[in-house]
Formats: sequence, structure tokens, C-alpha cells
Amino acid sequence: MIHCTEDMALDIQTIRKDFPVLDQKVYNKPLVYLDNAATTQRPIQVEEVVSQYYHNGTGNIHRASHFLSDKSTMAFENCRDIIQNFLNAKHREEIIFTKGTTEAINLVAQGFGEVFVGEGDEVIVSEMEHHSNIVPWQLLCDRNNATLKVIPFDDNGVLMVDKLDELITEKTKIISVTYISNVLGTINPVREIIAKAHQHSIPVMIDAAQAVQHTPIDVQELDCDFLAFSGHKIYGPTGTGALYGKKEWLEKMKPYQGGGEMIERVSFKETSFNQLPYKFEAGTPNIIGFIGLAEAIKYVTAIGLEAIAAYEEELLHYATSELLKVDGIRIIGTSPNKSSVISFIHEKAHHYDLGMLLDKLGIAIRTGRHCADPIADHFDISGSARASVSFYNTKEDIDLFIAAMKRVVQMF
Amino acid sequence: MSLQEIENEIVEEFSVFEDWMDKYSYLIELGNELPEIDAKHKTNENLIRGCQSRVWLVADFREGKVFFEGDSDAIIVKGLVALMLRTLSGRTPEEIMNAKLGFIDTIGLNQHLSPTRSNGLVAMIKQMKLYAVAYNKIAK
Repeated sequence: MIHCTEDMALDIQTIRKDFPVLDQKVYNKPLVYLDNAATTQRPIQVEEVVSQYYHNGTGNIHRASHFLSDKSTMAFENCRDIIQNFLNAKHREEIIFTKGTTEAINLVAQGFGEVFVGEGDEVIVSEMEHHSNIVPWQLLCDRNNATLKVIPFDDNGVLMVDKLDELITEKTKIISVTYISNVLGTINPVREIIAKAHQHSIPVMIDAAQAVQHTPIDVQELDCDFLAFSGHKIYGPTGTGALYGKKEWLEKMKPYQGGGEMIERVSFKETSFNQLPYKFEAGTPNIIGFIGLAEAIKYVTAIGLEAIAAYEEELLHYATSELLKVDGIRIIGTSPNKSSVISFIHEKAHHYDLGMLLDKLGIAIRTGRHCADPIADHFDISGSARASVSFYNTKEDIDLFIAAMKRVVQMF
Repeated sequence: MSLQEIENEIVEEFSVFEDWMDKYSYLIELGNELPEIDAKHKTNENLIRGCQSRVWLVADFREGKVFFEGDSDAIIVKGLVALMLRTLSGRTPEEIMNAKLGFIDTIGLNQHLSPTRSNGLVAMIKQMKLYAVAYNKIAK
């Protein structure tokens, strides 16, 4: 697995050999996969380890009284170590396995919210959040008569962090913001937000669903209190993800779901809970999924996120400048600090029409509101088309996308 | 013309297209030809919510037949709306209730009919049938 040439540029041709799925035709056209912000493809290394575990059998984890159970437990818990290293968490029990980012945020909104957010308290999110970082907090606020407050963004899609000074009050109990917007591509100044919040002793949760695969993250350096990501957006299996939480918070939080694994002792009078991280991991998890996720993270780490970030930035700039040459295009989200996604609209063609026609030319993009209605409302648009790049995309992919765009917009 | 004859006619029209893009060009043409509905009808009441595109549907019951008007903000969807109006508008409630609309599959546009595809077309057909059921009751 040699992925870097001597000058540290990525060896894309070698990388693409690990992703044979990219080398297929759809509607008789070569597939150009530019929907990576929705989900990524998996390298053969992930596929192989997953099929090995299906082929050779698994036992249920943490109940080891036989060989297969032991083996599965070791591989599964190894994933926790890999994620701990990947995020540079201080303790391995600060990594909680979840189904993905959505479940991780719900876990915090309930487990933290039920202990720390009461009547009259406030929770702050931003205007550019994915619904999964809005609705769990809204539900919490509804349950506990708390208020949800919003950090706005400007028309370039830059978060107005200075507004935070007015928004934070002594009632603010937690701030939850996205690291990178799934629609605007904006990279938010999370360090600044965390520093401001900590001046008031307010914990901060970071939605890193669009960040872990594009930029190196060190949770101790960021000093965030919680951070969530999804496995399937970082070349791993669907239904996997993780929550990082500072131990001191996780210990004070209520369990999220009840069931097996998360308990220490159960009787009908009372139940005592298991220690971290198991307190938050009720039920049998997606064991093989996490074994696959470990492999995906190893794969990304071997290439190196610095190199990935540099290459993807180059692709993003190229795609942006080429797309602007197509008549009638307006880009939604023009922050100077962007990563991996370009959302756009056309003066005549509806985003749904664009997506449909591009699909027939082999180009996979996403269209719609991208689970972030407030962003569409901000720009007063019904939705947008979104192309999102990964390190396995090439300039040729972008050229095919642009050529298809030029052909499609002529039809309107 | 019977419903089946209209469906056959549409299938024949689409059979000349070998390429997907030609098929969609034709849908765009159909969408462009369909007159926009009056702005006063573009109300929330007539809106069939789809996640990605909006479809408006207006129904009127005259002399035992249901007459539909429709519109969409996405032109391909509007082309599909035009096909639906061509097949179902001006028919009796019973014809509409029993319509199988197999032509959509035959011309290869069943992609638009998957229940998870939120373009409003599935919801539109359902709404047309609901109107038919309601008018059928009135007629009786």
C-alpha cells in the first residue's frame, strides 16, 4: 500500500485500484462519484476484513467463553483503540460506539440534557446545522422547557462567531456546532468557539461528520467536550460511528438506552450501570461493521489526512473555478475557508432536474435540501445541487462533471 | 380514446428514444409545453409536498368526469405531470381509481415511482386517486 509519491502528492492511480467500485459504468457511462458527503465508497481492504469475519464466523462480544467470541471482542475493542489514536483521545473509554453521528448527538442531547439542561436553560446551535444537530436539541428543549438559540451565518456562509458573545448567557448549558457544513462546505472556527464557551465553563459538542475524513482532528488540542462522526463517511461500513466525550462529562451523564451490556447488576428493585464506555453501549452492536471501520481508519491514516486535505483542496478549487465557467451557475457557500463540497443552483434548471440529467450521464451528485432546511431558507432557495469530492476523485472526474453540466444546462 | 390507448400512444412515443438524454429532453419538452397553472392555484392546499421538487394539483368534477391541472417547479417532474394529466384528466372516477399506469414502467421512468424517491410523483398519483374516490362518492 504505497499511496504517496516522493513529493508527498497522492498516488491517485494506486488509490483507485483499492476502489474498484469506482471503475464501473452506469447507464453505459463511466461512473463519476461526486456524492461523497452523503456516503463514501469502501476500499477493498475494508471489504476483505468484513467478508473474512463473515466467512470465518463471529461470536458475540464481551461474553467470551469461546474462541470466536474472544476473537471478535479483541477485533472490536481494537477499533476503539484505533479511534482513540485517530482522534488522540486521552482515554480509550472516552470513545463510545454509536450507529453514527445522529445517534451520538441524540445520546448527548439525552444523556447530558436530562442532567444539565432544565427549565429556562439555553442550548446554542448554528444556523448551518444538519437536522441531526438541530432536532435532538429541539426535542430536549421541548421536554425540559429550555430554549434553543442560533448562531447566524452571513451570505457567504461564514458563521458570525462574534454574535456568540450576545448569545451566551448564564443560562447556556451547551453549544453544539458543525465543524464543516455539509451544504456550504464552510470550515468553522471551532477552536475560537470552544475557547469562548470555556471562558463561561460551557461545554461544546462538535459535529465532525464532514470533518474527520478531510482534516486531522486532535480532540485534546481542540479541547472540545464532545465530538461525533460517522463510519460510512470515512470509507467504513454504514451503521457505525463514534462519540468522543470527555470522561468527566460522560461519567456524570445518564445512560442513553437501557439493555444488555450497559448494566453492572440488575434486579427488579434497582439496576447499577456498567462503567464507561459500556454504560452507553446497550445491546449487541454492529460488531463486524466496527471491525471494518477500524480498517477504514487505518487506510485513511496510512495515506495521511494532511496529504488528503491538500489534495482535496486542490480538487475543490479546480472544480469551483471550472463550475463558475458554466453559464447561469451560482455557488451557495462562498466562505474563503471551505472543504470538499460545492453546492450550486442554476438560473433556469431546477436542482432536481440537474441531478436527474447528470445521473443519466454517469455523474452522481446530491440534490435537494441536504437535511439542512434553515440553509435553504437563509438563501430563499428551494434546494441546491451538491458535488462533493474525495481523495479518490481526479481532475478527469471534474472535467467529466463540468462537460456534463455544460451539456445539461443547454437543455433549459 | 381509452386509457389503455393513451398509455400505448405514450409508450410508442418514447420507444423512438434510444438514449436516456433524448428521453429526458422529450420530458423537458412536455414540461415546457404544459401551461403553468394560475398563480392563485399555487396554494399550500394544492401543494403535494415532495422533498426535492414541488408539485401542485387542482381537480374539478364536471359531468361525471374529473379534470386535473398540475404544475411543478422542476421541469422534468412537470413533464411527468403532463403525462399524468394526459392519461388521467377527463376520465371518470372509476377509471382513475382502477388505473394501473403500467406505461411509466414500460417507458423506463419507474425510477421516479420508487416510494423513497421524494419527487412528488408518487404522492401526486395517490392524490389523483383520492380525488377520484371522493368524487365517486359524491356521484353516488
